[in-house]
Amino acid sequence: MLVSVYRYNPETDREPYMQNVDVSLPEGKDLMVLDVLNLIKEKDQSLSYRRSCREGVCGSDGMNMNGKNGLACITPVSEVVKNGKLVVRPLPGLPVVRDLVVDMAIFYKQYQRVKPYLQNSSPASGRERLQSPEERAKLDGLYECILCACCSTSCPSFWWNPEKFVGPAGLLQAYRFLADSRDEATDERLSELDDPFSVFRCRGIMNCVSVCPKGLNPTKAIGHIRDMLLSRAT
Amino acid sequence: MTALRKLSFDAVVIGGGGAGMRASLQMAQSGFKTACLTKVFPTRSHTVSAQGGITCAIASADPNDDWRWHMYDTVKGSDYIGDQDAIEYMCSVGPEAVFELEHMGLPFSRFENGRIYQRPFGGQSKDFGHGGQAARTCAAADRTGHALLHTLFQNNVKHDTTFLNEWFAVDLVRNQDGVVVGVIAIEIETGEVVFVESKATVLATGGAGRIYASTTNAHINTGDGIGMALRAGYPMQDMEMWQFHPTGIYGAGTLVTEGCRGEGGYLINKDGERFMERYAPNAKDLAGRDVVARSMMTEILEGRGCGEQGDHVFLKLDHLGKDILHSRLPGITELSKTFAHVDPVSAPIPVVPTCHYMMGGLPTNIHGQAITQVDGEDQVIPGLYACGEAACVSVHGANRLGGNSLLDLVVFGRAAGLFIEEQLQQGIEYRAASEDDVDRAMGRLNALDTNENGEDTATLKRELQNCMQNYFGVFRDGEFMKKGRDELTGLGERIANLSITDKSKAFNTARMEALELQNLFEVAESTAISADERTESRGAHSRRDFPVRDDATWLCHSLYDPTTKSLSKRGVNFTPKTVETFEPKERTY
Repeated sequence: MLVSVYRYNPETDREPYMQNVDVSLPEGKDLMVLDVLNLIKEKDQSLSYRRSCREGVCGSDGMNMNGKNGLACITPVSEVVKNGKLVVRPLPGLPVVRDLVVDMAIFYKQYQRVKPYLQNSSPASGRERLQSPEERAKLDGLYECILCACCSTSCPSFWWNPEKFVGPAGLLQAYRFLADSRDEATDERLSELDDPFSVFRCRGIMNCVSVCPKGLNPTKAIGHIRDMLLSRAT
Repeated sequence: MTALRKLSFDAVVIGGGGAGMRASLQMAQSGFKTACLTKVFPTRSHTVSAQGGITCAIASADPNDDWRWHMYDTVKGSDYIGDQDAIEYMCSVGPEAVFELEHMGLPFSRFENGRIYQRPFGGQSKDFGHGGQAARTCAAADRTGHALLHTLFQNNVKHDTTFLNEWFAVDLVRNQDGVVVGVIAIEIETGEVVFVESKATVLATGGAGRIYASTTNAHINTGDGIGMALRAGYPMQDMEMWQFHPTGIYGAGTLVTEGCRGEGGYLINKDGERFMERYAPNAKDLAGRDVVARSMMTEILEGRGCGEQGDHVFLKLDHLGKDILHSRLPGITELSKTFAHVDPVSAPIPVVPTCHYMMGGLPTNIHGQAITQVDGEDQVIPGLYACGEAACVSVHGANRLGGNSLLDLVVFGRAAGLFIEEQLQQGIEYRAASEDDVDRAMGRLNALDTNENGEDTATLKRELQNCMQNYFGVFRDGEFMKKGRDELTGLGERIANLSITDKSKAFNTARMEALELQNLFEVAESTAISADERTESRGAHSRRDFPVRDDATWLCHSLYDPTTKSLSKRGVNFTPKTVETFEPKERTY
């Protein structure tokens, strides 16, 4: 199979280029894209990419495979290969550090901006705070985010305004705490999002939903935040 | 002398997993200048893969639950070489540590009454083994590790821990007085080498399952802390004790939580027989992990395995129904579809025992202080601490119970943080390191960068992993292990001399993987020697040539000394403070 990989080493390359590598795949086995990268790296150790859990829960190996963002470790080659060719590029819209490794600083900054931690100043008892299964169910589809950045880097609004638009991942996280029955900072959280950019730059095109490797729906969460902001304003 | 940039902290925690971030959180929230130095962004750490839960007697599923029952189970599970003072501490402090996590925001699943959901796990009992199966494992669906790790990261953000993300720790810096004064680390993005100086250095570097060819562990689990400590001449305890998790997905090695069996799933052989009924008539599929793994291997070796090669068994879940699977085991359903091409709603998952957890590690006391021995007496290593899987405190002894690793890392990450805090309050100072001390710690890195004609990492790593898999797996045998040790001797030299062709600076993963392989080798060698020398079967260490537990000789820890590559013994603690000693007895489930 022909694999075309994005290469860039800041010390030796003036500009990035696509490198074609012929990889012989074992018969009768549908490898994941990460396995293919590992095969390439065994021959050419200079290829750099992030990887850790290799089972889709750590979020290290988000990348763009034949035009679509996803996690290399849980994307079978058969699912993305087109005309016998696999094209692998770094996540779009972020500065490239080297090869498939992007600088995620702005992504993490937007995550931290929403104060992604429970705020509750009421003294806790000596035990857990109670939460009904129904209240807890509201966190399903929110807390599972793995911060892989597939969503935010597929979002044109985030490409254009990465400093001002929180982006789907950050907003999903913001709503995870807005939706938590144990959190007491709803008002402050909404105030910090109440401007033309932070939330409202979302145009609802749902790229985030179509790429999320965990099947989460940031657009829906953003819709809930919009509703909360709007009903607060009236 | 290499002129290195120097950063100084009150405490530096190496590793951003559950143990490391619980320790750093403790110190950061008390206002100490704390760094968490981690080779991956913290939420990429392997704690994220823990599924089933955190075992703790919070008395939610059963209002009468008692931490002493949990202690009994853990002592028994350890096959009696877990230290009873440490197990007592973990089980009794556990509820406080778990409630803290809930207060921090961890999204635990809930019972109807609003309390934290608990599920049954292997090796759990009520009333010191007399009251039947307990349900003691607190869970956030089957993503408890993810929920826990993210919660800890979020609270470290809240309390302004300094994160040195994507920094790779290379070696410890020790001064002439034998005090650990910090660590040499590479900032991966730039390749710059930095001396990170600290009053307290905490190894929270996790496990090293990648010494085996088949493991549930992440690629990053390369025992970096173990490697660093061994190179510094510090001993390792119980390194022969490796847990093989009964249910790794056949072929892929990815983990399927014990919670599946806790929720009512069970294992079957090719005849559809629920074979655990034969091996553990009472606990059946919820016997200790070592017992279940051995039973599975016996089924396979005696020709009752499943599939064309007869080399795995099946985990049956379909009878639980779609609703339970989707609400309590959603992650498993996903993983099974991805890696086994099987939807557990309708078909069983092919599974096989897979290397999962290192019970051994750097010996510590319950405050996380690292221990060495001088003339057979315990001595604290000044400046060095450890917690989590890298440490051997030892609460797991010869076999860890499911759900006890998350409890271990939270309780002892916290304990190390609390103790260091106290030390810092009493005013410990930075202790000087000379240029020579720093240069010594730079030795390995310098050698790697100047080596020219060595072999490459990928080839050597595969050889190492196959050697460990073949000779030091679920069942062991003296004759085989001798062969394995011979192979390792040859490999050791080649791995010490390996070379990299890519010597660039920016995000050079080739350099990192080479350094990791050297750490893996240190772990593998200590494992091999410890396994060969412990001439009995206990917990996860099962020898065909010594099939019986030998309390007269081996009711003790093994202590591997890297300077002589030999094994000595260290006493097990049998004196808990508030309860009677649990005396060793025959271990059946």
